Amino acid sequence: MSETATVTNIAPNIVPEHAENGDTKTRRAFLAAASVAGIGYAAALAYPVYRYLASPSEMALSAAAVTEVTLKDAEKLPAGSVLMFKFGTAPAMLIHHADNSWVALTAVCTHLGCTVQYEPQMDRIHCACHGGVYNPYTGANVSGPPPKPLKLFKVAVNDTGVEVSRG
Amino acid sequence: MTTKMIASSVYDWMDERLGLSELAAFARKKTVPVHAQSFWYYWGGITLFLFMLQCFTGVLLLVYYRPGVEAYESVRQITFVMHFGWLIRSAHAWAANLMLFAILVHMFSVFFMKAYRKPRELGWLSGMVLLGLAACFGFSGYLLPMDELSYFATKVGLQIPVAIPWIGPAIANMLRGGPEVTEFTVQRFFALHVVVLPALFIPLLAFHLWLVQRYGNAMPESEEAKPVAERKSMPFMPNFLRKDIAMWIISLNVLALLASVFPWALGKQYDALAPAPMGIHPEWYFMSPFEMLKLLGMVRWLQGEPGEIAGILLFTLGIVLWILIPFYDKNKESGRRARLAHYFGLLAVFALLATTVIGYWTIR
Repeated sequence: MSETATVTNIAPNIVPEHAENGDTKTRRAFLAAASVAGIGYAAALAYPVYRYLASPSEMALSAAAVTEVTLKDAEKLPAGSVLMFKFGTAPAMLIHHADNSWVALTAVCTHLGCTVQYEPQMDRIHCACHGGVYNPYTGANVSGPPPKPLKLFKVAVNDTGVEVSRG
Repeated sequence: MTTKMIASSVYDWMDERLGLSELAAFARKKTVPVHAQSFWYYWGGITLFLFMLQCFTGVLLLVYYRPGVEAYESVRQITFVMHFGWLIRSAHAWAANLMLFAILVHMFSVFFMKAYRKPRELGWLSGMVLLGLAACFGFSGYLLPMDELSYFATKVGLQIPVAIPWIGPAIANMLRGGPEVTEFTVQRFFALHVVVLPALFIPLLAFHLWLVQRYGNAMPESEEAKPVAERKSMPFMPNFLRKDIAMWIISLNVLALLASVFPWALGKQYDALAPAPMGIHPEWYFMSPFEMLKLLGMVRWLQGEPGEIAGILLFTLGIVLWILIPFYDKNKESGRRARLAHYFGLLAVFALLATTVIGYWTIR
C-alpha cells in the first residue's frame, strides 16, 4: 500500500529503478487489468439499473418530441376564456381573447416552473408562486421575477377543433 | 498536503470519535477455523448477501409497483415497458429462491455441525425465526403481481390457517382482508412485505450476526476433539472476508445468469371467476409441507377435516421439535440423545427431499 502511494507521489517521469524489475511490472499489469475488469463489471451492473430508473424520463422525452396537438371542439371555447391542455408533457394554455383572437402558449413559468394562470379580468397571465406577470397576447414577461417570456405556439382554428403547433 | 496526509488526518479524526482502531484490532484478532467442513461456513454470508440484493432490487421494484387494484398493471409495466424491468424483477424473484435455498443449506449445516449447542442456542432460535420470516417474505411477495398463479397460491395457502380449530377462519380472514383474495389482500400483503417484515427481519438479523461475532464459528465434533495446537484457522481479515466476497461474486453471477436466461414469467391477470390453471403447484420451498399435508389427508382414517388437523398437528410438532433441538441435544456428553438428534436431522432432510420429489412427480 505504502509502496504504490510513494510511486504515485513522484512525478511520473522519474521512475524508480526497481520498477523495471519484472515482479513490479507484472503486479502492476495485473492490478491494471483487475481494475479494468472490476470497473467493467460494476458498469455492467449499473447500466440496467440506470436505464430502468431513467425509463420515465426517456418516455417523457419521446412524448415531448410532439410538434402538433389537435384540441377537438376547442373552437367552441367562448371568448374571454382559457383552455388548459398538455403539449407533449408540459401544461399549455389556449386563450380565446375578447377581441376574438386566439393565442396558445406554454403555461410553465420561466422563473421556477409553476403553472401560470390566465386572468381575463386583469387581462394578464399571472404566476401565483412569486407574482410573475406575462402579456396574454405575446407571452412577454411584464413584471416580477420571470427572466424570459412564455413561448408562443402557432394556432389554427377550424370547424372541428383547434390545431396547436410548435412555432 | 498530499492525498495520503489528508486520508490519514480524516482517519485520525474519525478514529478519535468512533474508535476505529479498536474495531480494526478486534477484526485482526478474529479467526475462522479451517477444516474439511469449512465450506459450510460461507452459506450464512451468502444468505446475507442475497438479502442485501433483495433490499436493493426490492427498492427498485418499489419505484414503479402500485399495490391494490393496479397491482397487475404495474407489474406488467415493470416487465414489458420499463427498460430492464424484466431483469430487475427476475433478479428479485430468483434471489428470493436462492436466498431460501442458502438459508436451508445454512440451517442444515448448522444442524449437523451441532452448532446450536451452548452457548449458541439463541443463534439457532433467532435463525429459525429468520427462516419463518423469510418464508413469510416469500409467501407475501408471491401475491404482489396478482397474476393467476399468485392468486391461487395465496388462496390455497390461506386455507391452511383455516384448519386451525376455532380461531382459524378469523385468522385467514384477517390475513386476506375478507373472505376472498382481492385487492385488499394484495394491499395488506404489500404492507407486510415491504414494511412489517423488514422491520422485524433486519433487527433480528443484526442480533443473529452479533451472536456470530460474539461466539465465533462452531466447529464440528471431529475438530473439537483435536487438541487446540492441532486446529488450524485463518484470520477473518482479510483472508476469510476475501473468500466470503469471492462467494458473493459467484452468487451474483449465478443470479445474473438465472435472471437473464430464465426471466421470471408473468401470467394472465387474475380473474376471480376463472378456473385454476392446470399443473398449478406451490413454489419448491412450500412443496414439501404441502405434499406432507396432502399425503396425510390420504390416510383412510384421516380423510377430510380430521386429516387436515392431524396433518397440521404433526407438522407443527415436527417444527417444534426441530426448533427446540438445542434443549434436548445439549452437549457432547449427551451420547444417545446426540445420535437421536442426528437421525432426526437425517429424517428431516429425507422427508423434505422425498415429499418435494413426490410433489413434483404428481403434478397433473
